[in-house]
Amino acid sequence: MTNKSFHQARWNEPIILEQGSPGERGIIPPAPEPAVKEQVGALENLLPAEMQRTTPPRLPELSQMQVLRHFLRLSQETLGADLCIDIGLGTCTMKYSPKIHEQFVRSPQMAALHPYQDENTVQGMLKVMYELEQFLKEISGMDRFSLQPAGGTQAIYTNAAIVRAYHHSRGEGEQRDEVITTILSHPGNAGAASTAGFKVLTLMPGDDGLPDIETLKAIVSQRTAALLITNPEDTGIFNPRIKEFVDIVHEVGGLCVYDQANLNGLLGISRAREAGFDLCHYNLHKTFSSPHGCQGPGAGALGATEKLARFLPVPTVEFDGEKHWLNYDSPESIGKVRKFYGVPAVMLRAYAYILSLGAEGLQAVAELSILNNNYLVKKLLEIEGLTLPLAPGKNRLDQARFSWQKLQAETGVGTDDINRRIVDYGLQSYFTSHHPRIIPEPFTPEPPETYSKADIDKYVEILRQVAREAYEDPELVRTAPHRSTITKIDTEPLVEMDKFACTWRAFKKKR
Amino acid sequence: MTKRTYPYMPGSVPAAKQALLRELGIDSVEVLLKDIPDDLRFPGKMKLPPPLLEEYELKRHVQAVLAGNANCQEYISFLGAGCYQHYVPAVCDEVNSRAEFLTAYCGETYSDHGKMQAIFEYCSLMAELLDLDVVSYTLYDGGQAAASALRMATRITGGTRVLVPATMHPEVLSQLQDYCRPVAQVVPVQTDADSGRLNLEDLQAKLTPGTAAVFVENPTYLGAIETDVREIATLVHSQQALFVVSADPSSLGLLESPANYGADIVVGDIQPLGMHMQYGGGCGGFIATRDEPEFINQYPTYLYGITTTQREGEYGWARALNYRTSHEGREKANEYFGTESGLWAITAAVYLSLMGPQGLRELGETIVYRSNYARQVFSALPGVEARFTGPIFKEFVLNFDACGRSVASINKALLEYGIFGGKDLSQDFPHLGQSALFCVTEVITQADIQRLACALQEILAGERGNGND
Repeated sequence: MTNKSFHQARWNEPIILEQGSPGERGIIPPAPEPAVKEQVGALENLLPAEMQRTTPPRLPELSQMQVLRHFLRLSQETLGADLCIDIGLGTCTMKYSPKIHEQFVRSPQMAALHPYQDENTVQGMLKVMYELEQFLKEISGMDRFSLQPAGGTQAIYTNAAIVRAYHHSRGEGEQRDEVITTILSHPGNAGAASTAGFKVLTLMPGDDGLPDIETLKAIVSQRTAALLITNPEDTGIFNPRIKEFVDIVHEVGGLCVYDQANLNGLLGISRAREAGFDLCHYNLHKTFSSPHGCQGPGAGALGATEKLARFLPVPTVEFDGEKHWLNYDSPESIGKVRKFYGVPAVMLRAYAYILSLGAEGLQAVAELSILNNNYLVKKLLEIEGLTLPLAPGKNRLDQARFSWQKLQAETGVGTDDINRRIVDYGLQSYFTSHHPRIIPEPFTPEPPETYSKADIDKYVEILRQVAREAYEDPELVRTAPHRSTITKIDTEPLVEMDKFACTWRAFKKKR
Repeated sequence: MTKRTYPYMPGSVPAAKQALLRELGIDSVEVLLKDIPDDLRFPGKMKLPPPLLEEYELKRHVQAVLAGNANCQEYISFLGAGCYQHYVPAVCDEVNSRAEFLTAYCGETYSDHGKMQAIFEYCSLMAELLDLDVVSYTLYDGGQAAASALRMATRITGGTRVLVPATMHPEVLSQLQDYCRPVAQVVPVQTDADSGRLNLEDLQAKLTPGTAAVFVENPTYLGAIETDVREIATLVHSQQALFVVSADPSSLGLLESPANYGADIVVGDIQPLGMHMQYGGGCGGFIATRDEPEFINQYPTYLYGITTTQREGEYGWARALNYRTSHEGREKANEYFGTESGLWAITAAVYLSLMGPQGLRELGETIVYRSNYARQVFSALPGVEARFTGPIFKEFVLNFDACGRSVASINKALLEYGIFGGKDLSQDFPHLGQSALFCVTEVITQADIQRLACALQEILAGERGNGND
């Protein structure tokens, strides 16, 4: 059951810059017609000599099949979510992305659209964007959405920029310089707030696993610009007092921003509106299913209540009953965070996804992801050495943060060792947690609704097997991987500046 | 809960769901929701359209919606302005639709070795193109890359002003203004009315101590090639500021890399390197610098380092110097970052490998020949004038003031010919009058150019499309 005979592909594929030979080529671009060349004259007359490149770039010269074979081999050495039980990447919501969506986004009706085409010629895409906004309004209870942020963290940043603009508009821009977040919220909340110019205050969890409300009461003030908070946090524990948090911050004049990257377990069950938030955002590529593309392109949809809608990035998409159009007339808008309109392909997939499920289907997503997760928690806790700290026994929604601390104390094998070893059984390496690791030796799985009980059982069985190995033969785990593409790496060049190289030419110079 | 079986959800089969409930010793999911108080429970049911459960039904519906678009394969498009219709080699599509790359995410060294190598090769190929040793993983878009580069410059120099061309890409300018607000003032520098290039006198006047960076686009937003770049670099460096250049990577097989005329940070958008336009979604930013700690320490995004392994002759890759990033440093990081545009990095690596030095040079030549040809042909039409006269790469500005027609009305008339005319500049740059930015890439043939010329001739002569503005 644990697939002991698995072996990841291993092609020993050389670096592409070391391949090929002079004169080979992978493609021939269109050439100018002779009459065109004749009319405009020699290139020297069109381009000043000092602007022309004198040394050609040292790109490899390869014929087409060589290029294709190289990258296909590299693809085979990559374990995409379509190929494995990818429930280890908690907070990422690695659900199945329907293949029909790829046909939509790759068709010329989507792929060959230019962002500045006449609005009358893109009514289809504008309708998608407009209707997706209506769906998201219903799902969140918010009044307006911007689909422009090109990822979840850019949406967090956009939230922070809107918070800044709002207080500035009320003459409190200087005074409101603090943002409160929690240590278990995505670090993008802290990072984006400080990028937007705020001082960041961080709440720690209490014994119940929830951010400490007494600390919040103590630190809010007339300087509070906003609370940026995830619920459930990456622990999967829903904060039942979230509305109290919101009230406390509103009372001093601050805004409340709901990071809903972990929305999957709340669809149709609980919304930003009822919890009293002013702003929220979704990672469309997570909850609403887009393939994650080796870290993008994703998309972040940002929801706002009426009082903040005027600060949303331009343009918004409007509909006058007959025609969809792009509205740039928004004098208090923060402007742009991304060129054009964001990432429409991800919007199109989210649109198709919501259409294919409807209200009941989305609620089924939430309920089944919660059910899957609670089943996973139950089974994982049977494994020796694995615990669920922070409010043990409390319900989790769509994910949970475990700890291998006990296993490490008893065997010397920690979470990073296990993470390398599971790769030997055909699993994607898992997400431990963001820094700082306030739960020791962390491990954060999230089994979305697209996995079956059998998948979960198999996943648990592999972890059980690896934990057993840790007790019986810890060296086997510590020296893993053994059946991956490569062996354990040397970490020095990753932490020491003088050994660091992120390109082949830099590496060759430093070697 | 519903009795429906959803194809994406194995647990929606009633027996499967029952099995899970039984394992948990509960009879309903409600038990697991007990921590969500009633006042936070969504009352009622979301008002969404009835589900399109059959894949065929969904396909019919979405295709019908998308049929409301006219695309740039059906129309001849002269639109550019930051999003370009280049030919996308079939191999680029083949590789970026492979499920292994398409559905991978943030897995690392051991499960995703091939992805890590492909990312490293992307950085390495870009490094050769840019003649610089350090290249970041992809950012959201070229605008984000420019904005981050300027903030890098403020951290390196301690300066609080950044100078940018007054006629730069308006959307990128908007991004810069928002992003730099907490740390620097964005000051526009005038551009010359005749050449469209940066006005060096105005630059000199505004280049004061406390300037962190001078930013130029090359080619400029309006298509001109900035030719005084070495002089600009000298001016910038004389004030201890950094020279940040946004370059079009599709030009660099033919044009000199900014690194070789004094740029300290080179940024841009890789959309031209094998990405479909996707209604503007195909963008991805890059940042590149010299291999010096004072620069490397200021990168906000992932950098993937190469390293050796326990097996002789084997390489591995992993995230490096992570203290710089918000994922490790939270609010103490340089800037925020997140999921950006990784798949495009791999696609660009395929593109650069296919093109090689020869292909990229030929691409640049074709673009220069055809765009210059188009400018000559169009500006010979009565009432049409090329706004700037210097060297161009793939875009140029035409002015229609003399023919008494607005760009909007001309573009509207061109739709009847199956043509998307140039980007209307009259709103963003009123001082240019009725002008439009035309883009000619390698996919626009001589015949396409002639077709637009004929259409313009007819429209301007009042033979067709003589509508009111």
